[in-house]
Amino acid sequence: MSTTVWIILAAAVVTYLTRIGGHVLLSRFQRIHPRVEAGLDAVPAAVLTTLVAPAAAGGGPIEWATLAVAGLVALRGGLTATFFAGAATLIVLRNVL
Amino acid sequence: MTVAAGTHQRPGRLADFIDGARRGIPVTVASAPFGMLFGTLAAQNGLSVGEATLMSAMVFAGASQLVGLELFGQKIAPWLIVLSIFAVNFRHVLYSAALGRRLRHWSGLQRAVGFFFLTDAQYADGEKQALAGRLTFSWYMGYGLLLYLCWVAEAAIGATFGNLIPDPYALGLDFMLPIYFLGMVMGFRGRPLWLPVVGASAVTSTVAYYLVGSPWHVSIGAVAGVLLAAVLAPSGRRAGL
Repeated sequence: MSTTVWIILAAAVVTYLTRIGGHVLLSRFQRIHPRVEAGLDAVPAAVLTTLVAPAAAGGGPIEWATLAVAGLVALRGGLTATFFAGAATLIVLRNVL
Repeated sequence: MTVAAGTHQRPGRLADFIDGARRGIPVTVASAPFGMLFGTLAAQNGLSVGEATLMSAMVFAGASQLVGLELFGQKIAPWLIVLSIFAVNFRHVLYSAALGRRLRHWSGLQRAVGFFFLTDAQYADGEKQALAGRLTFSWYMGYGLLLYLCWVAEAAIGATFGNLIPDPYALGLDFMLPIYFLGMVMGFRGRPLWLPVVGASAVTSTVAYYLVGSPWHVSIGAVAGVLLAAVLAPSGRRAGL
């Protein structure tokens, strides 16, 4: 099997562990320290931000305009609307400018 | 007709399953573009149609699959890719802990199977269903299987046609992921300490990207945001919300 397939299988295992793990752990520990809980709450936003910020810093005016439009749409709409507004902006600007 | 009193009060398994699937339709439609986007980008990043479909079928977690793709393209150590996928999926631990309390009437096998299908939407709608009444295994699986089967099919479709795209730059495929991730970041803005966390992770990851290099900027930036949240959090149980 290729390395890619092994990575996919390992990713599947760790992902399943996150899905069953919370339930398994909580049946042992009834209380979570508030600071730990706040840290866990921050995980998704923190991880996802690291995938946006450097890309934004490395982009140009077209990419910045795209993220600005997507960010504004996100204030009102859901993920689908946000994504399509940003994608449309990017494609139009790259083909027009 | 002789119907037992207990079954008369609740719909049967099939009715529950169909009701769950019906409730899963909106999120299945909304996530369809992302399922196909994953397949398309997977093909662009050199994965075969089979590998792309396998990843959707085995991992079944959109954001982490896209993160994995981003890293596949950068010749990064395999364990680091797996660790990054684990980090993005870590939020499931909280869903699992919360929803597990609603599943005490499920058997051990039902829980082992059911937790495989635990996505953001499954968690949110599962909690709603549990509060409205009984969250049965049939209802949960109706919801989860619809979303799952479409997600796997979308990867195959996207990967098949992703190979045919002539000019990825004009279609913006190289910058689709940051847009998607920004949308997800914005989706978490209702959480406490969101702005300081995002600010800390944005600055730290960007600086780390230039000083340390990829992919460490992901871990370094994420740790900065998480630590800040832990430090800023009110320590007393009664403080804050």
